[in-house]
Amino acid sequence: MKALRLAIFLLFPFTALHAQNDLLGELNKLDSNTTVPVEATFKSTRIINGHTVETVKKNHMDFRISHRFGRLNSGSYQLYGLDQATLRLGFEYGLTDDLMIGVGRSTEQKAFDFFAKYRLIKQTTGSKVIPVSVTLFASSAVRTLRPLTEEEIPRTFQNKLTYVYQALIARKFSEKLSLQITPTYLYRNLPELAGEERGLFSLGLGGRLKISKRVSVNAEYFWTARDNSGLPYHDSMALGVDIDTGGHVFQLHFTNSLGMIEKQFIGETTGSWGKGDIHYGFNISRTFSFDKRSKR
Amino acid sequence: MKLHIALNVIFWMALSGISGKTLAQGGMFATASGNTSFSSKTPMENIDAENKKTQVLLNTTTGELAIRMNMRDFVFPNKLMQEHFNENYMESAKYPTGTFSGKMDQTIDFTKDGAYDASATGSFTIHGVAKNRTIKGKLKVEGGKITITSDFEVALTDHKIEVPQIVFVKIAHSIKVKSEYILSPYKK
Repeated sequence: MKALRLAIFLLFPFTALHAQNDLLGELNKLDSNTTVPVEATFKSTRIINGHTVETVKKNHMDFRISHRFGRLNSGSYQLYGLDQATLRLGFEYGLTDDLMIGVGRSTEQKAFDFFAKYRLIKQTTGSKVIPVSVTLFASSAVRTLRPLTEEEIPRTFQNKLTYVYQALIARKFSEKLSLQITPTYLYRNLPELAGEERGLFSLGLGGRLKISKRVSVNAEYFWTARDNSGLPYHDSMALGVDIDTGGHVFQLHFTNSLGMIEKQFIGETTGSWGKGDIHYGFNISRTFSFDKRSKR
Repeated sequence: MKLHIALNVIFWMALSGISGKTLAQGGMFATASGNTSFSSKTPMENIDAENKKTQVLLNTTTGELAIRMNMRDFVFPNKLMQEHFNENYMESAKYPTGTFSGKMDQTIDFTKDGAYDASATGSFTIHGVAKNRTIKGKLKVEGGKITITSDFEVALTDHKIEVPQIVFVKIAHSIKVKSEYILSPYKK
């Protein structure tokens, strides 16, 4: 009898203890049915040559200076390609968090490129799971290089134009690894070489592996649906390292492509990795915020 | 005799049952839109962010206080800064929340309107590292609502938040945090 009373009396404090841990537990429960968007699949809007699913945020501008040097196998006289530098300057702006536009000018073919990129689907975890992010990309380039020889026929304006359409599909597998596939359609009003088809399909495969909080290793390959046996072209492949220092991102890489816009590196890569036709390149990009509330 | 036992059992069980229920139910105040902001000021750069979705639960009977916020809910005017905050500094994928779980040090009569200097002692966890702290603030009871405000500092090294050498001068080593929570009566 006394034991029974004692037992029941002892049960009393347990209700008090239960209430104390319950407070934080109560708050934890409130969060369990939310959908969490997956952020920062890639650190930058480019893997190496090609675009990623990421866009520049609203009212932010990205200024990019991209350098591509000559081939490593051009010998010591050419300082292994460093003497032959080509450039692309680009400005990219976020109209909304999901829509960006950009403009650039490359030394190669003196080409201007204009593009727009839109985040259609974003990867999420939590209560609603979407496995991939999908971004749509469209670009148009105008090559303004004048004929180099007497025989070369000057191009009409229409024949200076090329168009690119891409669907960028990426998945952040973990904090360290993100992969992307990029089905691409390239259309050249007048291809560089006679006998080449105007339309060209390509499939890009790329990814990044973070090796520390601010450094990642990136790789990229573009397969072209084209019989390259009669043409001097090869598929583009690139390997690089990204270093994020806060406002700036430095990208250092090696690739067999000289050009830095889609029409050039996907359609017109003449270098071959096997022969050592490897170009060293480095890009610097700096993000500025034009958000009225930001002081920097 | 048996009736005596039965009544005792019923009496004691009822007592624990009722008291338990009172503890959980009586005098709970909460908000899910509390405002927590922080700022870091250096000659090189000012960093400011605001979290308007802080969750707070206060048990006015026991003085227990629980605060919880998602790191990803801190909004920066510069989105790149926000991304770096989550990816590189707070590692929000590993440690998504910041919490405080503790108790008021003073006994306050929450049924009467008034303004009080108060403090709470408990465990403050950020970036997965917990620190026992006493945080001072002000408490105001007015019109059926309880307003908690507080200004305190968080030292980055206390919570193993790493700042790389290259941006060392751009980020203050002790971050000023401001909170303002307006709590209303809470029903489960």
